[in-house]
Amino acid sequence: MKKYTNEHEWAELDGDIATVGLSEYAIKELGDITFVELPEIGQSANKDESIAFIESVKAASDIYAPLSGEVVEINEELETAPESLNEDASATWILKIKVSDAGEFDTLLDEAAYNTFIASL
Amino acid sequence: MSATIFEKSHLGRAGINLPKQQVGDASALNRELLRSEKAKLPELSEFDVVRHFTNLSKKNFSIDSNFYPLGSCTMKYNPKVEERIGALDGFANLHPHHITNDKPEFMQGALESLKILENDLKEITGMDAFTLTPEAGAHGEMTGIMLIGAYHKKRGNKKRYVIVPDSSHGTNPATAAMVDFEVITVKSDKNGAMDVEAFKEVISDEVAAVMMTVPNTVGLFNPGIKEICDIAHKHDALMYYDGANLNAILGLIRPGDIGFDVVHLNLHKTFATPHGGGGPGAGPVGVREHLVEFLPQLRVGYEEVKGYFLKDKSSESIGRISPFFGNYLVMLRALVYMQTLGREGMINVSKKAVLNANYILSKLKEHLDVPYDTYCMHECVLSAESLYKKHHVSTLDIAKYLLDFGLHAPTIYFPLIVHEAIMIEPTETENIDTMDYFCQKVIDAVELAKTNPEAFKEFPKTLPISRADETKAARSLNIRWQQD
Amino acid sequence: MPYTPHTKDDVQRMYAQIGIEDESELFDAVPQELRVKSFDLDEGLSEFEVFENFKKMASDNDTSKVCFLGGGYYDHIIPSAIDALSGRSEFYTAYTPYQAEASQGTLQALYEYQSLVCELTGLEVTNASMYDGGTAMAEAALMAIRVTKRNKIIIDGGVNPIYIQIVKTYLAYHDIELVVMKTKSDKVNLEELVSLIDDSVAGYIFQNPNFFGSIEDYTKIIESLHVVKALAIMSAYPIALGMLKTPGELDADIYCGDGQSLGNYLGFGGPSFGILATKQKYVRNLPGRIVGLTNDRNDNQAFVLTLQAREQHIRRQKATSNICSNQNLMTLRATIFMSLLGKDGFEKLALQNYNNANYLKSELEKLPNIKIFNQSPIFNEFVVELPIGCDEFLDKMSQKGFFAGLKLDNLYKNFENRVLVSVTEKRSKTQMDSFVASVKDIL
Repeated sequence: MKKYTNEHEWAELDGDIATVGLSEYAIKELGDITFVELPEIGQSANKDESIAFIESVKAASDIYAPLSGEVVEINEELETAPESLNEDASATWILKIKVSDAGEFDTLLDEAAYNTFIASL
Repeated sequence: MSATIFEKSHLGRAGINLPKQQVGDASALNRELLRSEKAKLPELSEFDVVRHFTNLSKKNFSIDSNFYPLGSCTMKYNPKVEERIGALDGFANLHPHHITNDKPEFMQGALESLKILENDLKEITGMDAFTLTPEAGAHGEMTGIMLIGAYHKKRGNKKRYVIVPDSSHGTNPATAAMVDFEVITVKSDKNGAMDVEAFKEVISDEVAAVMMTVPNTVGLFNPGIKEICDIAHKHDALMYYDGANLNAILGLIRPGDIGFDVVHLNLHKTFATPHGGGGPGAGPVGVREHLVEFLPQLRVGYEEVKGYFLKDKSSESIGRISPFFGNYLVMLRALVYMQTLGREGMINVSKKAVLNANYILSKLKEHLDVPYDTYCMHECVLSAESLYKKHHVSTLDIAKYLLDFGLHAPTIYFPLIVHEAIMIEPTETENIDTMDYFCQKVIDAVELAKTNPEAFKEFPKTLPISRADETKAARSLNIRWQQD
Repeated sequence: MPYTPHTKDDVQRMYAQIGIEDESELFDAVPQELRVKSFDLDEGLSEFEVFENFKKMASDNDTSKVCFLGGGYYDHIIPSAIDALSGRSEFYTAYTPYQAEASQGTLQALYEYQSLVCELTGLEVTNASMYDGGTAMAEAALMAIRVTKRNKIIIDGGVNPIYIQIVKTYLAYHDIELVVMKTKSDKVNLEELVSLIDDSVAGYIFQNPNFFGSIEDYTKIIESLHVVKALAIMSAYPIALGMLKTPGELDADIYCGDGQSLGNYLGFGGPSFGILATKQKYVRNLPGRIVGLTNDRNDNQAFVLTLQAREQHIRRQKATSNICSNQNLMTLRATIFMSLLGKDGFEKLALQNYNNANYLKSELEKLPNIKIFNQSPIFNEFVVELPIGCDEFLDKMSQKGFFAGLKLDNLYKNFENRVLVSVTEKRSKTQMDSFVASVKDIL
């Protein structure tokens, strides 16, 4: 089950590993993605702080860690094929975090709450 | 596209005869120190080169050939006398190291021109001193924020933040970051001005500077500006005036009188020097008395007996931000322009710039959205938001349509606080016929959007290229020519 | 009024359209108490009067003497085609090429410029220019800090001291440790450098030929920098790259330099332009505009500004730099300059500088009371040690019709009697011989 942040990241939790991506809405707002700057494996992630960076032709944005912990995997395919985010944002993960406090996951927005949030923008 | 200059190369052609070498060859250097093969520069005759670049030039719009109503860019006519003077041997071929050698006798004319320029800029802005060394607007901004940093450091102030409005040019926050300040962005009120209440919430003793553009980037004069200055000063935060829009206020208001501590000017905008396709500019920075000691090297002095000379470096100076006097030949051209205008001419500039912008606003406001329904200053901001919502024709579409009629697009999608923004700055040098033609073409575009929105995908149709695939450019980067 | 086309009739029509009686109504938003109290400027002048004023000022500058002054700013040939082409209004009065369809001329010229710089430096990517060689060096230092995420920069003592001052100013506001070395005579102080290179270093900046004109082999230094993953930042005078080992061949990570010598006037120091080039892998850390080649919707090739998401107008405080206006016109001049010279011409130009300077050096060396400071081979300038003070030397030489060189004691401690003498392709044998005779005469 995906949960969301106000900054448009999604996260799915499997045990203590969170898979993180960006919402369809965010990708649509950014337009054609041209580059994703990924963190290094082992880098620590702090909830709500910048962990990666994404660029389109006309915009650039931080990607914020939805959960705290340590980066354990990055989607290296994005380095050569950033367009896969435009093709299917919800199926394209960006990085994985080994979370330090699984309780944080409960504080994220569920899909309905996130949809209400983006409708208000 | 035309073939690149590399593809026109022919082995053995040469575009220039070098002076004959009259001395023998010196002994060759050790191979380890030499490049292994010649640089693969193209080989062409002079005529090949002339034809190539002449033909390239024809693929450009320019102020001499086209109306260029780019908001915030002040694309006015550049008088030709500037070029004749800039090319004079005494200016063009003057060596800057006479400065290092401290030989003012070889550069009295250049130092005099700089001193006159400094004095005129002081009078125009109400500041106490200027540095003429910054080479562009953003370079001036950085210099100004460095001066503010030095001021606070000397006073022992602990400062972390620079405040910018959300309508600011991107250079403002980028500059703050270059000088290692954190940026606080304040939202604009419904009139497009910095919201004074929101400002009061974020101002604190930790704020180093407040960067403002006056009139602001929606082309309006912020009536709360004096109050913002006063509040900032209570916290020993200095007021920074971004001079991008000075053309609106020449002879009307002076930043120094209102309470600004630092200003930068864009001589290539307000004072009519050619933009050169993106530069060079010149971004002198003016300061009030309390910041003079921090000004960067170099500064010109004058004494009756001595003549013009270079002042000694102040012990508090921030140092050097460009090698000598920045883009000297650009400043020289600006001074030429200023002298042809004089006092009355300069006051007339802002009056006619504002008149022209309001003329265009009045003609277009029935056809596009008007986010701020009031008289504007030297530029007006309109929006295609309704058109986009109803007909899916965007600001970009209108911009591209205009290109087909020899009209450069206005500034689009800036300021960021207006959706589908179209920002138009005609400047004072345009005549009524050109503005009428422009307005008619904008109106035609709006009408076409209502009847045939699909047509816009095709524009522009008459230029060397149609719309370019910018996504491809970024994803499969090709930024240099290489032999296959 | 000059440069405003408004007739009385035009103005009345505009008032009527706007719905005002007088233009002062447009300024109602500006409170009276804020309006100017003083605006004391001279009256405007005719073009003729202005020209006469400036002609007088120009004549108060001295450009008449034979120039042996260099130090980063050189008296090189400027082919006539450069003024003719770069002075075309379509280039000269164009704005930044944000609307690609209306700017293919500027954009293609910039793409060609970038390509030429890559050929000259042996590096893979470059931008569309910085302000000058000094600010390009400061940006190179900031770039090394971003790339390595370290905060120590070492600058060699052979780097142009004016550039060092600029780098110091730029870095002073950051938490960056800047180590400025001293040279050992005219060379890199290798022992000191070796002791400084460790894994805390972001980059080492050097200049080849250095400010004294000396050429060195930096291969081993660069290797040792790479062992600790520090970047090698090389500054060089572009004409020298016509014959000397390139930054690319040396495996330097960043090149910075000043483009004045590539077809731009001395102009009392500006406008010139800064060159910044690097390896492909660092392209996203490069500041400033970059032009790329792509297709338009009809599949024609098209040039556009690309990777703009690095820049201030999109990324704001997270941009790679705050630079916006650059020195575009000067890069156009450089592009034309390099195209006119071509492959053989550019090398020949470099060799002529080298041969002329070495001739003058050897002739001066023959004089009994002159010493040459340089122990290393030189490119087109060198340092002479005089039995008299620099000022006395320069003044006497100027009376004989020469700008004889650059006083180094205004730039370095303990350099009282040293002058940097530069020679370009423009100096004839007669001029050099006469220079030597004059030196002999005054010493």
